[in-house]
Amino acid sequence: MVLLQRPHILLLLIDTHQFLQCWIAFGSANEEGQQQEEFSEELLVKPLPDHKLLAHFHFQSSAPPSTSNGCHHHLFPKAISQLVQKFRVKEMELSFTQGRWNYESWGGFDPISSSNAKPPGVELWAVFDVPQHHIDASWKNLTHTLSGLFCASINFLESTATYSTPEWSFPPASGNVRYGTFPCEAVCTENLTPWLRLLPCRDKAGIALLLDRPSLYRGFYHSQRLHLTSTESSSEGIDSGIILEQTLTVVLQPNSERAIEVHASEKHVQPSWSLSSIFGKQVSGRCVLAKSSSVYLLLDWGLVAELKFPNKENGKSAANGLTSENFWSNPSFELSVNPDRIFLEESSSHSKSLSILYMFQVEKYSESEPFDIGLMWKVPVAWLCQQTPLHASRFFMGSGNERGAIAISLKSTQFTEGFMSANSKDGSCELRVDVFQVVPWYVKVYFHSLRVFVDQQPRAVSDFIEKIHVSPSKDKMSPGVMEVVLKLPCRVNTAALTIEFDKGFLRIDEYPPDANQGFDIPSAIISFPNFHASMVFLEDDSLNRSPLLSKFQEKCPVMSYTEVLLVPLTTPDFSMPYNVSTIKCTVFALYFGSLLNVLQRRVAEEERFLKAKAAKKTGRLPLLLSKLSAKLRGRRREPLHSPPSSSSFINSKLVLKVILVAGLAVGWQYFFS
Amino acid sequence: MEKLKKKIGSFSFWNWVIASIIFRLILIYFPKNLNLSSRPEVSTPLTSFRRLAEGYWLKQSSMSSYAGSMYHGSPLLLSLLGPLTVKRIEGQPNHLLYSLVSVIADVVSAMLIRATGQNLRLAYLRGLESLDLVKQIDVSEFLFSGDIAALIYLCNPFTIVACVGLSTSPIENMAVILCLYGACSRLIPLAAFGWVIATHLSLYPAILIIPVIFLLGCGPDSPPRKLFLQRHQQKEVLNQSKLPPGFSWGPIIHFAFWAFLWSVYVLVLCGISLKQFGGLWEMFKSTYGFILTVEDLSPNIGVLWYFFAEVFEFFRNFFLIVFHVNILFMILPLAIRLRHRPCYLAFVYVAICSMLKSYPSVGDSALYLGLLGWFVNELADMQFSLFLFCGYVGVSLLSPVMHNLWIWRGTGNANFYFTTAMVYACLQIVLVVEGVSAVLNHDRKLRILITGKPQDAKS
Repeated sequence: MVLLQRPHILLLLIDTHQFLQCWIAFGSANEEGQQQEEFSEELLVKPLPDHKLLAHFHFQSSAPPSTSNGCHHHLFPKAISQLVQKFRVKEMELSFTQGRWNYESWGGFDPISSSNAKPPGVELWAVFDVPQHHIDASWKNLTHTLSGLFCASINFLESTATYSTPEWSFPPASGNVRYGTFPCEAVCTENLTPWLRLLPCRDKAGIALLLDRPSLYRGFYHSQRLHLTSTESSSEGIDSGIILEQTLTVVLQPNSERAIEVHASEKHVQPSWSLSSIFGKQVSGRCVLAKSSSVYLLLDWGLVAELKFPNKENGKSAANGLTSENFWSNPSFELSVNPDRIFLEESSSHSKSLSILYMFQVEKYSESEPFDIGLMWKVPVAWLCQQTPLHASRFFMGSGNERGAIAISLKSTQFTEGFMSANSKDGSCELRVDVFQVVPWYVKVYFHSLRVFVDQQPRAVSDFIEKIHVSPSKDKMSPGVMEVVLKLPCRVNTAALTIEFDKGFLRIDEYPPDANQGFDIPSAIISFPNFHASMVFLEDDSLNRSPLLSKFQEKCPVMSYTEVLLVPLTTPDFSMPYNVSTIKCTVFALYFGSLLNVLQRRVAEEERFLKAKAAKKTGRLPLLLSKLSAKLRGRRREPLHSPPSSSSFINSKLVLKVILVAGLAVGWQYFFS
Repeated sequence: MEKLKKKIGSFSFWNWVIASIIFRLILIYFPKNLNLSSRPEVSTPLTSFRRLAEGYWLKQSSMSSYAGSMYHGSPLLLSLLGPLTVKRIEGQPNHLLYSLVSVIADVVSAMLIRATGQNLRLAYLRGLESLDLVKQIDVSEFLFSGDIAALIYLCNPFTIVACVGLSTSPIENMAVILCLYGACSRLIPLAAFGWVIATHLSLYPAILIIPVIFLLGCGPDSPPRKLFLQRHQQKEVLNQSKLPPGFSWGPIIHFAFWAFLWSVYVLVLCGISLKQFGGLWEMFKSTYGFILTVEDLSPNIGVLWYFFAEVFEFFRNFFLIVFHVNILFMILPLAIRLRHRPCYLAFVYVAICSMLKSYPSVGDSALYLGLLGWFVNELADMQFSLFLFCGYVGVSLLSPVMHNLWIWRGTGNANFYFTTAMVYACLQIVLVVEGVSAVLNHDRKLRILITGKPQDAKS
């Protein structure tokens, strides 16, 4: 009995010991103050000009350096921290997107669109902190891990033919970056559930409660993103831990019946909405583990300029009085809940008016009194979001399945006009555009055929391309990468890059199951490094700053993704392998046999045949018969000459042959083993 | 009378040459060259003009021209022809200089074919004379095979298309013809140069070393040596002067020396131009390696592309070996049987290669059809010549149609085009087999003429 109990006691002892250790570690971490695992949840809602609504969920978890409390975490997802430690990921971003961000009406020049508008399908890039020759191995392991973690086919990015190494045009410009996209991935709830599992409250409490699957996937665009920054560097010894940023951006149509009715009569009436009407759910209090939990409503500066705020004329001095009710009790719209705070954008160079941010704290609400904001429009309003300097689109040229051309066209937007007028005094102003394009190997691009058209006139390539980096595609090995820096004059109306290609031909086993659907060419990234999208809001306490707002303050370069192109490739006949093999081999046999026959045919035989033909001009059958009998006779006659010797001779020959073949086989086996 | 005939013949010969050059120039001046340069029949991955331009562009932007799998040709060709791909003359067609180089290469090839043909004809007549068959065979009916071969080469639509379509095959063909010309006229350094360059450009002409050795060792085509011996046995007088010389090793050693010298020279030049980009190994991998492991499966007039697109992955290596060994297997039997006719042996080798090579184009067919003209006298009784002619015409008309149906219209499928490729391969097989049997029959006929009666070979 005692003997049986002893191990249990031992285990208990060990358990308590570990628990104590953890407790101590946690306590010490607590004492240090900021070295604590933190989680915050935020939601930003923004009305869009085309009667739609943007909802941007932002969850941020941060973990202190791993040395301080070992491998244990309270809030931070363990899977992510293990992944970071194992593959030494410095920075990583993974996005699953369905639908296409409409740059023209949803804007492209604000922090939300430039960092959250993603190409359809899966996009993954990662920066590793490993020696150069280990990066590819790390990337492969990472893709497999992520594919297991998110139930997605990210593991297709493993092969060298699918990912690329951007040299300098991709924003996190360091040598260890790998970039891969998988445009045909279908994103659905099976990818969202593992993503939600990384949150401490999952979707059981807090803002994540709003994530109702049917209403999310009914939207026009949704993109779930996971951005990971780790500052663990062993060489320097400075650790600030891992920051995991999970965002979900959805564009939804507020489905109010009244709005649709009005829509017919009055075009500009925006639909009124509330959180419960969009998502069908309400927020019943915050996630208790979250440090901060707040909902924001952002009114774009374009919209603010349209709305007649009563004290707009009074200028900024009045705007600083944030408690002023003037900002939310407006004749043109009405909020169902009074905002807790109002932020006004700090002066920005580009705009005539300033964006307004209403903040609602979820802490105050509970199950009995759920949080639900609504916006009721009273008057019709129309405005425009700020667009990227140039609107980029990409398309194919040519017909047929042999060759074609890819064209990337850049069109000036209303922004460039404003920019141009602002810089018109300088005379010569230039617009820098970076183009990053990856093409799969089966689209064989002729880089020498790169043409530049500016204002629809063909121009010399060297006049407008400042820098170009090309890494041509290798068959089945690596994709083609083209990075171009364009310097365009500000007055440009349209610019276009065209490049010709030949379509490749694949083996039948390289085609996907649905070969006639075509192959996707990943989006090109067009970025404008001279422009930075940032929104700085006036805040009184910088200590307790919201992660979302501080994210907005960061200067991120303006970039946009072009459309994914679908290239149809020629297909062979998939039912033909056996037929082709047999026909081909028959022709080879015909060649081989008939040529050998011609070469070894003896004249004597021929003449005998002719003689026989002349002698018996009877018919075919007797001739054949006589030939056959002659042959038989000839064969019968031969062994009569020396039957005993020939048999032994043949035997020895046979034995020799067998030995030769066996020797060859042994040699072959030995050589290949 | 004879002289007059010859004069008229040569006069019309030059007329035809000029006419074919003018025809080429007219085609070059056509807008966009009739898009011939992107036809699969003309430009294979090895001979394509666009790939050459891409390779040159990569080289100019200080990258290896073999980076990526676009260019698979020789670095020397890139240095020589590359600049012509970008040079433009105002008001002229885009690639005028390059096309002119092709035209010149064609004309030079035709002239070399003519000179070799005349050489062959003289050798043949000498052979007949020493066999005392001049009376039996009407020599005056003998055609000027050199002129005919040169005209076939120049006026062949295949040659014209390959020349106007800006492929590099006129230059490859010229190297092969240079090699044969050098060997026929005993210019050993020239023969070695031609052989080294042809091998360097497209690998397959390497097997031409066997006919070149025979040519240098025993001289150009003549009736079999056995016939001379028989003849002299019959006459009971052994006239050494009339007997063709036996096999001599001197010129072959000379040839080997020169071939070694030229190949070292070529390799050094290639090594210099590829010094910073992986060196010679990179070149061999992406030229010869690309030829041998049929990597590019884009359709061409050969049959290997569809086969390797369809065949199962684990059989790929096996069939690669089988198909390449098929070329090698036939070398020895042909060499034994046709050793007294080295030029004809060279023609058969060229034809077999252009039939079985991994990326055949019409330029290769143009070469062996041109060489066929040398043997008009020997091949006079060839069977199926009308059938073959009609077949060639039919295939070259049908193949573009099927390609159009499959690739551009999408109404046909790959099997349509593959069928024309199969038929084309069969036609070439029939041509080679019938050609070989016709030449062997010709030798038999000579023997019958000598011995006077049909005779059993064993006796």
